[in-house]
Amino acid sequence: MNSAILQTLCKAVIPLLLMTAIWFFLRGHNEPGGGFIAGLVFASAYVLYGLAFGPQAVRESMRLSPRTLMAFGLLLSVAAGLIGVFDHQAFLTGLWTEFETGFGKLKLGTPLLFDLGVMLVVIGAVNSILLELTEAGESNPQSQGEEAA
Amino acid sequence: MTAVHPLMVSLLTAGMLLAFRKNRWAMRLLSLAGGLVHLGISIQLFREPSGMLQLGSWPAPFGISFLADRFATMMVLVASIIGLAVLITSWIDVESREEKLGFHPMVHVLMTGVCGAFLTHDLFNLFVWFEVMLMASFVLLGLGEKRVQVSGALRYFALNLVSSLFFLSAVGLLYGWLGTLQMSDIAIRLAQTEERGLLLGIGALLFLAFAIKAALFPVFAWLPVSYPMPSFGVSALFAGLLTKVGVVAMVRFYCLLPADSTLQSFIIFAGLATMVVGVLCAIGQSTIRRILSFHIVSQVGYMVLALGLFNGLGLTACLFYLIHHILVKANLFLVGGIVHRIQGSEKVQECGGLASAYPWLAFLFWIPALSLAGLPPLSGFWAKLLVIRTGLDQGNFSAVGVALAVGLLTLLSMIKIWNEVFWKPLPERTEPPPSRRTLAILAAPSVALGLLTILLGVFAQTGIEWSDQAAQELRPQVVLLEEPAE
Repeated sequence: MNSAILQTLCKAVIPLLLMTAIWFFLRGHNEPGGGFIAGLVFASAYVLYGLAFGPQAVRESMRLSPRTLMAFGLLLSVAAGLIGVFDHQAFLTGLWTEFETGFGKLKLGTPLLFDLGVMLVVIGAVNSILLELTEAGESNPQSQGEEAA
Repeated sequence: MTAVHPLMVSLLTAGMLLAFRKNRWAMRLLSLAGGLVHLGISIQLFREPSGMLQLGSWPAPFGISFLADRFATMMVLVASIIGLAVLITSWIDVESREEKLGFHPMVHVLMTGVCGAFLTHDLFNLFVWFEVMLMASFVLLGLGEKRVQVSGALRYFALNLVSSLFFLSAVGLLYGWLGTLQMSDIAIRLAQTEERGLLLGIGALLFLAFAIKAALFPVFAWLPVSYPMPSFGVSALFAGLLTKVGVVAMVRFYCLLPADSTLQSFIIFAGLATMVVGVLCAIGQSTIRRILSFHIVSQVGYMVLALGLFNGLGLTACLFYLIHHILVKANLFLVGGIVHRIQGSEKVQECGGLASAYPWLAFLFWIPALSLAGLPPLSGFWAKLLVIRTGLDQGNFSAVGVALAVGLLTLLSMIKIWNEVFWKPLPERTEPPPSRRTLAILAAPSVALGLLTILLGVFAQTGIEWSDQAAQELRPQVVLLEEPAE
């Protein structure tokens, strides 16, 4: 697909999608939202980008491969859970610290880290599915699986 | 050690494996190291079951509970052994392209799902582990990207999705009704309720969901079409673990319910029908893995029958059968893999002559095959004996008769494989025989599993005592309800 309208629209919509994703991510602690949904919204920005500019452009725009993202996310989530274990509490126990910033108190905790991990896994998973499917569709679809048939 | 340690190890291993995938041997060694650590932790956990753990320190029944009791730790230990065995055979068995596509991380994700399902004490969490398992197994099934594999994977996926749907609906209904999903809490609240109709309805939904996972008659169709498709190692992993997770879930849930004769007779019937249909289907098959696949169905029937008999030795028999079956069935698939490697085919007509060419392989085959059929002194004999003994104790003679007959038919099927693959004269060989190193790597896990089968047969007393203790721990969840907790 090579549509100028879609490509122009993308430039306006993608920042909005990314901001929505971050908003979802941050509000997810006590309200509907969180890492999973934020990841899906974030990944949908890539989907849109891929539709407008093709899968190759998505690959180039990602600093890390989808699989590396998944690996980082998974390790980050488990690590966030392990912090509680090192504090002699149950796995995944949330630990919090507070900072005094100029504008008020900022609470940071391990659940945020966990959610970030989830978000990375979701982005990685959605992107790897998306890229596999679109790239398989662009190359010759008949080439695979013939030896079995 | 706590209940989540095995899960953490698997997840961390999977994460690290995803991160680097260029170097084949680095991947294999890391994967193997993860498997070994998992085994070590499982052994430690089995020796000292750590009991209940509240994830994230959220109190029960609101937070998610994990329970490492004897039953769960026993199953985790057996699963860990099978996982390790498959990781070793995968060095030969799995193509390098499949390894690059993510064979190793997916095996560890699958192990996470399986062990999570064993250890969790929360019904919704169980659903999540089922999904983790389903996702990983779906990827493993389709890794080869051959058309038959993808078609097998699709059927597997479709039927398991139906099962998930039933499961999720039942979980939703149960939560709406009782307001809790923590298993012990469910048991307490169910004992206080008088609404038998609602309980039977939800129970039936859940039973159907687990029945699809466990491949009971008449919803086993996904199993024989998908298991023979991937590489032999993956087949062995699935054969050992996947259906058994369904049985374990069934056992867990059944132990929560107040005694109910309708449900009990239904489960007994389902078990008997599964045993008979599975074994009859197996007779008509012509490839090793299809024969074995139908035997999984038939053997799961024994476990469900034992669960249905429940009282007395019933539950003990079910748990012992589970352990025995996982070891034996995975081993048979591994031996099938060696046969396939040597002969280049798994169609029984095209094989032959292995008894004279590879006598040790014949021996490796006989151990699990005879154990499956239930010949003494192997583990299968004691497992079947326990089931039959329970049937006799309860005066259920039709069940006893069916169990004996199905055992005989199982033996017939094993003899068919023996006659065709091992005894019949060697067909014309086209492929060069595999190297000694190849055979040694493929045979090592099989030898270990065979040894475990023999040990479980010779020291059956210990195994039965473990199963009995596990069963006693499961049972009080029903009895304990006399005094409802706060």
